[in-house]
Amino acid sequence: MNLPIYMDYQATTPVDPRVMELMTPWFSTKYGNPSSRSHPFGWEADQAVENARAQVAALIGADPREIVFTSGATESNNLAIQGIARFYKERGNHIITAVTEHKAVLDTCRYLESEEGFQVTWLPVDSKGRLDLAQLEAAITEQTILVSIMAANNEIGVIQPIREIGALCRRRNVFFHCDAAQGVGKIPMDVEEMNIDLLSISGHKIYGPKGIGALYVRRKPRVRLKPVLFGGGHERGMRSGTLPTPLLVGFGAACAIAKEEMVAENQRILALRQRMTHGLLNRLTHVEINGDLEHRLAGNLNISFAYVEGESMMMAIKDVAVSSGSACTSASLEPSYVLRALGVNEEMAHTSIRFGLGRFTTEEEVDFVIETVVQAVEKLRDMSPLWEMAQSGVDMQSVQWDAH
Amino acid sequence: MAYNEKVLDHYENPRNVGSLDKGDSQVGTGMVGAPACGDVMKLQIKVNDQGVISDAKFKTFGCGSAIASSSLVTEWIKGKSIDEALTIRNKDIAEELALPPVKIHCSVLAEDAIKSAVADYRSKQKGSL
Repeated sequence: MNLPIYMDYQATTPVDPRVMELMTPWFSTKYGNPSSRSHPFGWEADQAVENARAQVAALIGADPREIVFTSGATESNNLAIQGIARFYKERGNHIITAVTEHKAVLDTCRYLESEEGFQVTWLPVDSKGRLDLAQLEAAITEQTILVSIMAANNEIGVIQPIREIGALCRRRNVFFHCDAAQGVGKIPMDVEEMNIDLLSISGHKIYGPKGIGALYVRRKPRVRLKPVLFGGGHERGMRSGTLPTPLLVGFGAACAIAKEEMVAENQRILALRQRMTHGLLNRLTHVEINGDLEHRLAGNLNISFAYVEGESMMMAIKDVAVSSGSACTSASLEPSYVLRALGVNEEMAHTSIRFGLGRFTTEEEVDFVIETVVQAVEKLRDMSPLWEMAQSGVDMQSVQWDAH
Repeated sequence: MAYNEKVLDHYENPRNVGSLDKGDSQVGTGMVGAPACGDVMKLQIKVNDQGVISDAKFKTFGCGSAIASSSLVTEWIKGKSIDEALTIRNKDIAEELALPPVKIHCSVLAEDAIKSAVADYRSKQKGSL
């Protein structure tokens, strides 16, 4: 077992060695520009690009002509939301999204709200992190042109009722964009069955390379976008810029592997997560799992260890690479907005740790992490004045703290 | 973010973790910070008849820099008179631990903890006169 152990699969994933191998020649010997129509270098690159496009499309039940390659899910989210808003602004000026979305969605919507006169409804979530469909339906007005809801949350792994949201949007004639950066390749996603009009995908979350992603844009009924990047008119004018053949080959291969192995992989990862959950809960008290456990990515475990601050926890388990919802790990010094949206109090948000399990996580690693975490929590609780107070029966809510 | 060596040393081998008897009239207890802000420091001092801090203990809920700051001040104040201890400034702590700007508040908290512990000790002494 090699240290440190990587348990941050929601942040990014390693490139699968099978993917890496397929990419290599496209950096060195097969370097043509896929847009070059006049020689074999271009032709072979173009063929590789179209093959990748078909592999990506197949994973989400789309037609290859509905795939627009981008630099990643952040760009896809920007293109989808800005593109729809600007193309359909005569039809309406209202966008609906949720407070737990990724910043790439939230900040794009906020920009349209403050700079371009759009109205945005920010839907709340319940204490498990799930959206209320009735609330969504009630928010739709004559002016609504777009609903943007993620498939699965990056911090807590909670899966939204995408199929139901898609059906609702279709019935109300509103475009539905789904940020599926954390969903594609992890849970079954089918744009037809789920009535999704636009879908963002990221390469590096599914064992492909960084710097590549896609936006699915429905053809029937046709969805149109104003581009964000202008230039040579690549990707049917929706996203100009030379296509990075090696990244695309890798992205396509990663999608093909995901399609093939997703079901078995999920079972394996879920069993590991359950092992870890039980291991921790059996040995530690005052531990809370954040977010719905049933509607959740197999590879996500977000836990608050009461009375132990997240950053010091990460220092204590330095052989394990994880992330925390604690303020101290962010530049803003604000604790996780996702956990706050679930109603997790600030104190507990400061103690949260996200464990991300994935393709290369082993049982041995899980056992090591359980042991490491239990020791760290015990050590830090011994050092925590809050734990001492709680143990001696002080009601923490009754204490007058001097907030700073 | 990589941590400074001194922060890591105090974090991994914290000096003077623990508690003193709160009820002891020679002991002053300071508790500063708030759980919602992500850091709470408890600093306790034991002052002898000569007005010298003979023992100091801390417990901290907070990041590595907060733990290191409190560990460091327990080392610094032991053997000092309470007046000397009060001259310790957050700047000294931040410099010693080479804290980055976002962690300066940890050193501020540690300075406040000293003041708070001394104030508690002094109010106890007044009460017992």
